[in-house]
Amino acid sequence: MGRFAQLGNDLHSGQRGIDFVARRLVLYAVSAVLIAIAVFGLSYKGLNLGIEFTGGTQYRVPVASATQDDADALRQAVLDSGVEGASNPIVSTAGDDAVQIQVEPLSLEDAAIVTEAIVATANVSADDLSQEDIGASWGRQIAERALVGLAVFIVLVVLFIWAYFREWKMSVAALVALAHDVVITVGVYAFTGFEVTPATVTGVLTILAFSLYDTVVVFDKVRENTAAMRESRKSYRQAANLAVNQTLVRSVNTSLVALLPVGAILYVGAVQLGGSSLQDLALALFVGMAAGTYSSVCIATPLLVDLKNTEDEVKLAEKRAKARQRAAADPYASVPNFADDMPIHNDPGVEPPSSR
Amino acid sequence: MARKTARPGRTLVVFFLVMAIAYGLVALAGTWKPTLGLDLQGGTSITLRAEGDPGEEALDQARQIIDDRVNGSGVAEAEVTTQGGNEIVVEIPGENARNLIETVQRTAQLRFRLVACSTVDGRCATTTGLPEGIQIDPSTTLPQDESQDGGQDGGQDGDQSQGGNNRAALGAWARLSDTQGDGADGADGSGGSGGQGDENSNGNRNRNRNGNGQQSPYDACIAAAADDETTAEPLSWIDNPTTACVDAFSQFQASGGCQQGATSVMGDDPATPLITCDEDGIAYLLSPAMIEGTQLDDAGAAIPQQQVNYVVTLSFDGDGTEVFADISNALVGTEKQFAIVLDGQVLSAPTMEGRILDGNAQISGDFNETTANSLATSLRYGSLPIAFEDQPLVETIGPSLAGDQLSAGLTAGGIGLAIVMLYCLLYYRGLGTVVIASLFVAAGITYAMVLLLSETANFTLTLPGIAGIIVAVGITADSFIVYFERIRDEMRIGKSMKVAVEAGWKRARNTCLAADAVSLLAAVVLYVFAAGVVKGFAFALGLTTIIDLVVFFWFTHPMVSWLAKYRFFNKGHRLSGLSPETLGVARTATGGNA
Repeated sequence: MGRFAQLGNDLHSGQRGIDFVARRLVLYAVSAVLIAIAVFGLSYKGLNLGIEFTGGTQYRVPVASATQDDADALRQAVLDSGVEGASNPIVSTAGDDAVQIQVEPLSLEDAAIVTEAIVATANVSADDLSQEDIGASWGRQIAERALVGLAVFIVLVVLFIWAYFREWKMSVAALVALAHDVVITVGVYAFTGFEVTPATVTGVLTILAFSLYDTVVVFDKVRENTAAMRESRKSYRQAANLAVNQTLVRSVNTSLVALLPVGAILYVGAVQLGGSSLQDLALALFVGMAAGTYSSVCIATPLLVDLKNTEDEVKLAEKRAKARQRAAADPYASVPNFADDMPIHNDPGVEPPSSR
Repeated sequence: MARKTARPGRTLVVFFLVMAIAYGLVALAGTWKPTLGLDLQGGTSITLRAEGDPGEEALDQARQIIDDRVNGSGVAEAEVTTQGGNEIVVEIPGENARNLIETVQRTAQLRFRLVACSTVDGRCATTTGLPEGIQIDPSTTLPQDESQDGGQDGGQDGDQSQGGNNRAALGAWARLSDTQGDGADGADGSGGSGGQGDENSNGNRNRNRNGNGQQSPYDACIAAAADDETTAEPLSWIDNPTTACVDAFSQFQASGGCQQGATSVMGDDPATPLITCDEDGIAYLLSPAMIEGTQLDDAGAAIPQQQVNYVVTLSFDGDGTEVFADISNALVGTEKQFAIVLDGQVLSAPTMEGRILDGNAQISGDFNETTANSLATSLRYGSLPIAFEDQPLVETIGPSLAGDQLSAGLTAGGIGLAIVMLYCLLYYRGLGTVVIASLFVAAGITYAMVLLLSETANFTLTLPGIAGIIVAVGITADSFIVYFERIRDEMRIGKSMKVAVEAGWKRARNTCLAADAVSLLAAVVLYVFAAGVVKGFAFALGLTTIIDLVVFFWFTHPMVSWLAKYRFFNKGHRLSGLSPETLGVARTATGGNA
């Protein structure tokens, strides 16, 4: 713990640190590849939409006295039938004498397999099963209203970040990081083939909120450091990079604290329960929150520096910082009779930006 | 600021008092277990079967409207689906959802019509004295000051008492039913009985006509009204109603009228006149509809200032506002009424008390909170395009998740949070106890809020909801982490703990306020715009964000300030989490500046 604590102090003072900004091209490339994979998965495999979105078929199975055990047994039987559209059946008792089973729309052969599994388990004849088409409970209107809400929120949050930090470039960087997180999360769903349910939608929205939240926390430190750019005699990129490093301990701690419970749910959902709606949701949250912390540090801040680098003041500060560095590297540079490249030890307090 | 920090103990005491009050409320509500959602506990399923063949589009539209009604606040997480082409299935968490059937089923077709006459004002009663076969000239019989027979006297009494009440009535409109008792009494007392006899003979006449194989008086009314040019101008039509309709109205009264329990003998067609009743058994002859319920922009339930009874407030859209202003101009200062007709029944037949030109009006009457809200909800979420058969199939449904999922999810979340606490303790040592205490407090408040909301707002916990809350508690810990890192940073640049706690607080507070503002913004915007499960999410997000801020401001910060008084922390004990070693600075650096 002692060494770790020392690291915390060094990160704060800037004696040690990872130059995220200098390595931004690598970080961009990593994210670009991840996003490309996600987009590929989306377009190639598509999303596995649940009954709530697609509608489906409902079977009503008469049983002598309906108990939860009957429902559980039938659910297992439908799952074991291995039919793709029946991988997430919604099974519940209905009244005292029936169990209802909802599955996605099935082909004739698949329907026959499912019916057989039900008949064998419930010990009824196929004629006793009633079967009906059910519509989607997630109507188009809900989706449209949710999208309108999202659009309004995005516009407002852009304005909010702009107003709070007095910097529209931070809004842009935060939005890019947000898109990054959401696309990657949705890509995970495409690749794993997990069913997309209304709970998934709330999961993605959680990530949306978390991603912006985390970015604002990091940017708050960036703003603080860069506001003091002149006094601290740093360039914008140095100040921003220091801010990221100073909040690095927070980022690591926060992601651990947020991810540990989700990880536990994911583990229980996937390993102990063996496939459940819980596991699908936990995976989305896990990936999305990890991406959210990552993107605040590795995407949003470097991107912000890139955007800011076109500004005259920032360029000037960069020039001054370089000049100072030269001066620090060679305190006698201005003194005649000494060579320009006279070797001297690096000042530990200054991270040379052009050293890599 | 200084006063606040000087008395962190007092803030803590107040905080715990408020928490105790919250739990006191929970105890009053009497439930210690939250209402679980459909997936965990099951609920009630209502299957509504449409009359006839509604068509896919209308059925889906009805599904959407019912969805809006049951999920209006977004926290109940009811599911509404179509089934088999002519059925809508509503699944509502909890077994006591049967009282929702009324809300679900109400078709809520709201129309505004004008009153030509009613059993109370008796403006059509004069027709009863006329011989059979003679066309009535309504202009000679209808204006009240010209007709002075017995039946009309009763009506006048009624009108006067109504007018008297109108001046004292609530809001912009007075509801006639408040005064109906008086009016009806007046009619009975003074000559109303004579009129009744006349009407009976009149009714016999009409029945005879029916017996002779002619069309029913109601159909005759509709047919005649269709030919009558004034039908298109309801404002003049009420002064001069189609004769056949006046006849039909008389016959309706003669055959027992509203006493027989028939609310409406005619279909509620907006283009035709309508003979119908209200809840108190008053019969009305109404003009064709002037404003449709779809022309309402919004409806709500409220208690106007300085009043005690609920009213339903209405605001019309552009066209509705214009038409309503016309009605208002024509009716103001007269005894003429207009009628608000819901599903073919007169809900209220007020007179116009003032000119309402801005399209904002209110219905006052015998509303209590529930009935006012129910009506406002029905109006706001529109009318159903289809009617349903009576006696929907209602049954109890079981949970859709296997029984072990809830306990597994809770166990997993518990284990996860325990690891989080362990980590905080290892990393932050003494301060870790503050994190753990804060997490417990946050969890405690969240639980109390969930309990209170399940009682008051039908909030239900689904499995994804529980996962969301566990995640939210994890995110709550971020505020503390931001704060503690700030304190440590301040101490690293040489401030003493007492100073660092306050300096760090100021900076951490701003950071957390900004970040939480983003979350709150998301919550509010999504709650306002979205529907269904997204609305539920927004609600939960807003709730947990506010709890985060409350705990951070009124528990964590005073707690740390309070602890800073103790040597253990402010002298940087090895286990306090603030010792020079854990901060990674040389001891002299802190000591020197302290």
